[in-house]
Amino acid sequence: MSRLAATFEALSKSGRKALVPFITAGDPRPDFTLPMMHAMVEAGVDVIELGIPFSDPMADGPVIQRASERALEHKMSLRRTLAIATEFRKTNQHTPVVLMGYVNPIEAMGYEDFANAAQRADIDGVLTVDLPPEEADECVALLKARDIDPIFLLAPNSTDERIKKMDAAGSGYLYYVSLKGVTGAGHLDVADVESKLNQIRANTRLPVAIGFGVKDAQTAKTVASLGDGVVIGSALISKIEANLDDLERAKKEIVELLVAMRQAMDN
Amino acid sequence: MTEKYNMPDERGHFGPYGGMFVAETLMLPIQELNAAYQQYLDDPDFIAELDADLKHYVGRPSPLYHAERWSRTLGGAQIYLKREDLNHTGAHKINNTIGQALLAKRMGKTRIIAETGAGQHGVATATVAARLGLECVVYMGAVDVARQSLNVYRMKLLGAKVVAVESGSKTLKDALNEALRDWVTNVDNTFYIIGTVAGPHPYPAMVRDFQAIIGREARQQCLDQAGRLPDALVACVGGGSNAIGLFYPFIDDRSVRMIGVEAAGDGIETGRHSAPLCAGRPGVLHGNRTYLMEDDDGEIIETHSISAGLDYPGVGPEHAWLKDTGRAQYVNITDNEALEGFHSLTRMEGIIPALESSHAMAYTMKLAPIMSKDEIIIVCLSGRGDKDMQTMAQREGIEL
Ligand SMILES: Cc1ncc(COP(=O)(O)O)c(C=O)c1O
Repeated sequence: MSRLAATFEALSKSGRKALVPFITAGDPRPDFTLPMMHAMVEAGVDVIELGIPFSDPMADGPVIQRASERALEHKMSLRRTLAIATEFRKTNQHTPVVLMGYVNPIEAMGYEDFANAAQRADIDGVLTVDLPPEEADECVALLKARDIDPIFLLAPNSTDERIKKMDAAGSGYLYYVSLKGVTGAGHLDVADVESKLNQIRANTRLPVAIGFGVKDAQTAKTVASLGDGVVIGSALISKIEANLDDLERAKKEIVELLVAMRQAMDN
Repeated sequence: MTEKYNMPDERGHFGPYGGMFVAETLMLPIQELNAAYQQYLDDPDFIAELDADLKHYVGRPSPLYHAERWSRTLGGAQIYLKREDLNHTGAHKINNTIGQALLAKRMGKTRIIAETGAGQHGVATATVAARLGLECVVYMGAVDVARQSLNVYRMKLLGAKVVAVESGSKTLKDALNEALRDWVTNVDNTFYIIGTVAGPHPYPAMVRDFQAIIGREARQQCLDQAGRLPDALVACVGGGSNAIGLFYPFIDDRSVRMIGVEAAGDGIETGRHSAPLCAGRPGVLHGNRTYLMEDDDGEIIETHSISAGLDYPGVGPEHAWLKDTGRAQYVNITDNEALEGFHSLTRMEGIIPALESSHAMAYTMKLAPIMSKDEIIIVCLSGRGDKDMQTMAQREGIEL
């Protein structure tokens, strides 16, 4: 069983939901990421989504765009993101790491070289925002052959047919983007999410993590109760951005927010 | 190959290029768009309305003009200019915006968004939006807002909101990113009019089909005026819409060479250029796979060209396919060469070309002399140069 499947199964058995933070590798500096990952694990997260910086993050709002820009200023790349993940694994063998990004850096490396490198780095899942199942056959086959879960996005306008398609192509979990828009946009509508989750559940047995628009512990709790996990991105990265001159403080504020979310979700 | 050219496939692939590389939220909208497009493509009412608009509003057919003095001076092939500069709003861009706006209206969309580089597509979009009474927002890189301020003012007069995009390199690609972000946020009421043969399927095929009027007219006009098909076609390539518009109706005419001219900026060897077909490699950006300007890590690199409309790191996927199959050739022209083309046409024929089109003129100046006097080149004069007066004056140290 993959590390992701095992994680979601264990959570489900104990009646808990996955807390999944997203940070961009190398933001604001390459040496910030590894200690931040370990600190997030200590704060109680279950899965880490690690963003691969990209020059043209079309699906992201300003907060994550700027995270990419800061990382790229320090020459962060897919290769160096994989190197960080490799370091992380040396001292943590239990927390799944999912790479999230856009397909072009992966194309530039070559699908097969990437799949091999991801396997060496002991990556658990790969989520490429702009690689829908229609275009993903080759990449998905290479990843699955190496027991890496390809993770797909679902949106408020995804039809039954498309949900089934993601269910067939994906594994590990599905990521429900809870609002139409870019990352970091407004607040999600809980009633909408709830009805959509019913539709999703009717078409897949994969765990569903919900993200986009989750900013505080209360929302995390509510959203978590609807799905199997909750993804927090822009809210964390905002803490980095607000404390660029004091990164220890950024780390502390991120940990505090995650601890508050963990507590709210578990109670 | 004698088979009739029949690209793309139903999911928008030109061989390995093209496709639908979009985030899930956009999948449904592009499928809806494709369905609407396929429906109206063959709808007699739609076609009649489009044809009437192209005739009475845009001013088509545009002339095919035999540039005799310029041809004589260059001493070789006979040069014919396809006068897209004479269209309403001054460039080929309106052929496409008219078509897409009619689609938007049929689909019941009330809000139009667009990206623009030189501002020509933005103006053409703002124009049709004004005419149809639709809300219009145009995204434009902050660098381009500064160097094409005349067009910014035109768009504002036409009632469009122009948003200066401050992210990334602040040019056309970033404007496209921002328009895509707007679209995912407002998919329900918004129609995104992409200005070139880029983006996810069906845009590259749809924009080509709207621009193919250039080549259809030119082919017939050449037969009428010269009594035969041309020997070569020349067009500048930014995203590639005026070029594919000219080329497409000639693809099965094997005797006709097709040459796309990319912007070499300061020179290919300097790295400061916008020539992905000549000096890039395949990758995925803005919804399709095509040749891109990127670094070893797959990050898109900054482009450079004197002409804002060619300043784009990608190119339409059909051009990638035509390059690989050898059906078309792609060459490049530096900023300085383009300026020579600009001045030469201006002084020889009394026609001031856009800086984008000037790249096609400059290459024609190299090609015509090595062809014989009874051969024919059709060059796409994609737009007029009024919008570039400021850039030109600045380069020559003149204050307007
Ligand atoms: C006059 C003119 N020609 C050419 C272009 C380049 O676009 P494309 O390659 O899509 O024709 C532009 C773009 O703004 C333009 O304004």
